[in-house]
Amino acid sequence: MSASANSSTFILRGARPYGGDPVDLVLRDGAVAEAAAAGTASAAGATVVDADGLVALPGLVDLHTHLREPGREDAETVETGTQAAALGGFTAVHAMANTDPVADTAGVVEQVWRLGREAGHCDVAPVGAVTVGLGGERLAELGAMADSAARVRVFSDDGKCVSDAVLMRRALEYVKAFDGVIAQHAQEPRLTEGAQMNEGALSGVLGLRGWPSVAEEAVIARDVLLAQHVGSRLHVCHVSTKGSVEILRLAKERGIDVTAEVTPHHLLLDESLAASYDPVYKVNPPLRGKDDVQALRQAVADGVIDAVATDHAPHAAEDKEGEWANALPGMLGLETALAIAQEALVETGLLDWAGVADRLSTRPARIGRLAGHGRPLRAGEPANVVLVDPAVRRAVDPGALASRSRNTPYAGRTLPGRVVATFLRGRPTVLDGALA
Amino acid sequence: MRHLVSAGDLSRDEALLVLDTAHEMAGLQQREIKKLPTLRGRTVVNLFYEDSTRTRISFEAAAKRLSADVINFSAKGSSVSKGESFKDTALTLQAMGADAVVVRHSASGAAQRLAASGWVGGSVVNAGDGTHEHPTQALLDAYTMRRRLNAGTGDLAGRRVAIVGDVLHSRVARSNVLLLATLGADVTLVAPPTLLPIGVESWPCAVSYDLDAVLPKADVVMLLRVQRERMSEAYFPSAREYTRRYGLDATRAAALQDSAIVMHPGPMNRGVEIAAEVADSERSTIVEQVANGVSVRMAVLYLLLGGAFDTSKEQQR
Ligand SMILES: [Zn+2]
Repeated sequence: MSASANSSTFILRGARPYGGDPVDLVLRDGAVAEAAAAGTASAAGATVVDADGLVALPGLVDLHTHLREPGREDAETVETGTQAAALGGFTAVHAMANTDPVADTAGVVEQVWRLGREAGHCDVAPVGAVTVGLGGERLAELGAMADSAARVRVFSDDGKCVSDAVLMRRALEYVKAFDGVIAQHAQEPRLTEGAQMNEGALSGVLGLRGWPSVAEEAVIARDVLLAQHVGSRLHVCHVSTKGSVEILRLAKERGIDVTAEVTPHHLLLDESLAASYDPVYKVNPPLRGKDDVQALRQAVADGVIDAVATDHAPHAAEDKEGEWANALPGMLGLETALAIAQEALVETGLLDWAGVADRLSTRPARIGRLAGHGRPLRAGEPANVVLVDPAVRRAVDPGALASRSRNTPYAGRTLPGRVVATFLRGRPTVLDGALA
Repeated sequence: MRHLVSAGDLSRDEALLVLDTAHEMAGLQQREIKKLPTLRGRTVVNLFYEDSTRTRISFEAAAKRLSADVINFSAKGSSVSKGESFKDTALTLQAMGADAVVVRHSASGAAQRLAASGWVGGSVVNAGDGTHEHPTQALLDAYTMRRRLNAGTGDLAGRRVAIVGDVLHSRVARSNVLLLATLGADVTLVAPPTLLPIGVESWPCAVSYDLDAVLPKADVVMLLRVQRERMSEAYFPSAREYTRRYGLDATRAAALQDSAIVMHPGPMNRGVEIAAEVADSERSTIVEQVANGVSVRMAVLYLLLGGAFDTSKEQQR
């Protein structure tokens, strides 16, 4: 950090780390300088932030963000997507590889990484494609992406499943050389051809082709066994079913090195919304049953699911307003993720704020091997901090989102909590709930 | 009621009102001058994203006999095929002053989407959406059953209806199950397990894999069209095996009660789901269904555009 002393020192007065007792958190030169008794900290030229009643958490880390640049800058850019991230309390996001061109070379991942640095709203960790062009046939140059300036550690064909068992095995083995991880979009392709929503009684009534749970669970079961066989690290993207949770629980009990994420929308919404045929509720994997939602919440609480990851998927209006079958799947997530975690996990008593910090910051940072993120809020650690006011409740206004797209499924819904400030290495990216 | 999107939207009283009104319309069709002035000055748009000449001309005839102006807007040879969005097309129709939009679409939910979107101000009539519903087909089927079995009055309480074939992909089956349940009929779906949707046990009907067990008790056998391409998707091994297990041939038809009728929404695959001699027999209502389709669609347009659906009945449901 090169900023002068008077702009680089912040005192977060009365903040409650992890929802605990209030302290004065002093951020200086990019690090947490001290956690002083509440009301006692002072420093010449410091900016004091009134954090009375606010919960302080380590900056959130998203394992699953679609920033759409390069290729679909009409839906999102690195600039707008990372603004949305900062406003949502994130200090780092993993940018998925399904861009155009696909992030399957060192050149593309470095471009995305550089755009993130220039934007400066949060760190952007590009995800590299597993296979060339997401084609599922030949491995992309995983090592070159790992060795690039972007230091890629997470590899995924997200949007598509690495369904070929041999290719998946090789990918799992290969990335061990640089401590990488394969993040699998678990979707058996033949079982889900033309699939539009969760397969169950409702899909039959609505006449929408079903996406059966088994298409996810069969791939996860295979992959955890492959990971065990070759002694590799596996990450499972957007787990959506109760059965997947059971498989993950068993795999973890067996000591298999697997981690998993769930999206905020799978923790809050269920398939009944598809009955409107409003494509804002179309997402992949699809919204599931109420039982699945309950099982996923419990799995986050138990730690079987390691992380809440947004799968932030901006889409242009014309891709989201016509017929259900012709719409693209995906939902915005960055600006509402923490609110949904509060509603689905904290207010239900399943997690405390320390648990939220663990699932939205500590563990995702560890999975992505982001050394400077997900660190504890204590002296000497990087000053990546988010302040959230848990007492506020407010309706989601799509027009007020920073994302370039408007495809939020929460329009008009009242959600708890508000991100008041976000600090990236001691520098505010958000203050008073607005971009700093 | 402003729109007709699902057969499930109709209460028993509303369904009977449509059938009774269709009966009156049919009576008027016996007169020398078939046209009624009822919808003079109103515009009905047939918005067809899928080829279905029979359904389109049925709606067209219905609207014209009510003196409405009819605009046919078909996906072929129009801006739709040049990639105009559903929304933009709908807004265009609205600008033309459509009082009703009759929509046929390959995407399930398209009619509901149009009705809920606010893009069009008029009534939306679902003329078949993907594998979801086809409510006017169910109404004309119920009308046909009532004429043949109940002398054209009342509901269908206790009547046994077997719906046979590709239920999974059939909008006709979905609408029929909902409407027939509302009208009190006992419906049994008969199909190989591959052609029944997951969760069908929650529908208001029974399910059987055995056509021969169902036929002797049936008052109505409704056969659904089986598309040959389902074979390549492994829903069943061959057309021949399908016909052997689920086709209605003369031998099987002999097991039916004397009074039982045979229905088909068309177009038929003669020799696959239905044998020619059954399709052409006295039991068959297939030609009658077409004629009844016009009367029923006249009734639907008349009631929707005339605002004659008593909304207080809707409240009671
Ligand atoms: Zn995915």
